[in-house]
Amino acid sequence: MKVLIVDYGAGNIGSVQNMLKYIGLTPIVSNDSKIVSNFDKIILPGVGLFSTAMKEIERLNLIDSLNEAVLVKKKSFLGICLGAQLINQFSEEGNSAGLSWLANNVVKFKQENHSLKIPHLGWNNIKIVENKTSPLLNGLNNNSRFYFVHSYHIDGNSEDTVLAYTEHGYFFPSIVNKENIFGVQFHPEKSHQYGLKLLENFLTI
Amino acid sequence: MPYQRILPALLLDGGGLYKTVKFKSPKYIGDPINTVKIFNAKFADELCILDIGASVKNKINYDLIGDIVSEAFMPITYGGGIKTLSDVESLFSLGVDKVSISSAAFQNPNLVKEAVNIYGTQSIITVVDYKKTFFKGIKVYINKGNTNTSFDPIAYCLLMQDLGVGEIILQNIDRDGTFTGYDLDLLSKASSLLSIPITALGGASSYNDINELFNINVSGAAAGSLFSFARNNRDSILINYPQESDIPRLKI
Repeated sequence: MKVLIVDYGAGNIGSVQNMLKYIGLTPIVSNDSKIVSNFDKIILPGVGLFSTAMKEIERLNLIDSLNEAVLVKKKSFLGICLGAQLINQFSEEGNSAGLSWLANNVVKFKQENHSLKIPHLGWNNIKIVENKTSPLLNGLNNNSRFYFVHSYHIDGNSEDTVLAYTEHGYFFPSIVNKENIFGVQFHPEKSHQYGLKLLENFLTI
Repeated sequence: MPYQRILPALLLDGGGLYKTVKFKSPKYIGDPINTVKIFNAKFADELCILDIGASVKNKINYDLIGDIVSEAFMPITYGGGIKTLSDVESLFSLGVDKVSISSAAFQNPNLVKEAVNIYGTQSIITVVDYKKTFFKGIKVYINKGNTNTSFDPIAYCLLMQDLGVGEIILQNIDRDGTFTGYDLDLLSKASSLLSIPITALGGASSYNDINELFNINVSGAAAGSLFSFARNNRDSILINYPQESDIPRLKI
């Protein structure tokens, strides 16, 4: 199986690579737009600012090649954290357009008082949308804990793309999905046994 | 809301892990890779690695940090010896999740601003060390407790929050390695006045101390000696970490 980790500069590449190696794979880390479609699975990790990341993806000519691999050739795609946000249409973080594969927007957490800490930082549960199933969630349930660290979240404007929500002051989409496209707001590569299970699941899709 | 977090705080110097008392008397604890493997097997919430030798040697040990990160499927914070944006960039590319800019944040606040602009507020944190001064005031110190900034800890934390850091590890130097409990009064005050998460460090002697800290709504409990020694005895090294059932975490 050929797995690509897209390296667009601001991503947290090392950890994703480490967990895939632990699973027994040797992912390729690259920003070469010409090779994206050669892979079976594409992972877009992320740490950083939405607008900066989009500019970098654009500068590397990755938009067209990602569109072709994911939308036309239907390669399995997993966006992690910022990578999950980038697949939506627009973010308030730097007022930037995204890859627009999902019709959601990315918004800043609404903070009504100091007892709600922003960033949303730490381990939290997911709440899988009732009656939704996905091979990504095999063996995972509402007691599974994942590590989150983010100040912006997907708004779930396109409700049918939401697989699971997480509560931080209110419920926001923590797993989104449309066909071959998956996005997780948390960091599976930092979430011990639960994250390992999720990544293993993704690789079977 | 997320669960409260329990973090081993590991002090690195050269190739080994050490534990200090009031920032002095470093005692060798063991090999960092082995220790991190143990915490990983115990499903620790997060790890905080502070290199206490990096700024003196003017060298960040990237090879070792890369090895540590590859053993840990949990978030890693690194601090120590960070002076430039390129240091920050190198650490993130190794897979470090959060970079702590501490002494440099006081000397060069722009570094924090620039790092936050590139990596986002959630990725840049700071460790605020404070202790009693000769005149019994409480002030923030930098350079491993050697330089008094003249800042009150709360005022300093607010300043750091304004600069854009996403978390503050608030460390009481006087309690470091002393097993005298967390400084609950100041931590409670800081936690209620700041909008970013506060993690406490310095003084933990038991899992019950962490319980008490969690009961006053502090979001993170860090400890070095507690997770390194058995029965508060610095001659008895025992890497340990509480199970879920030992310390109930609240969602805050």
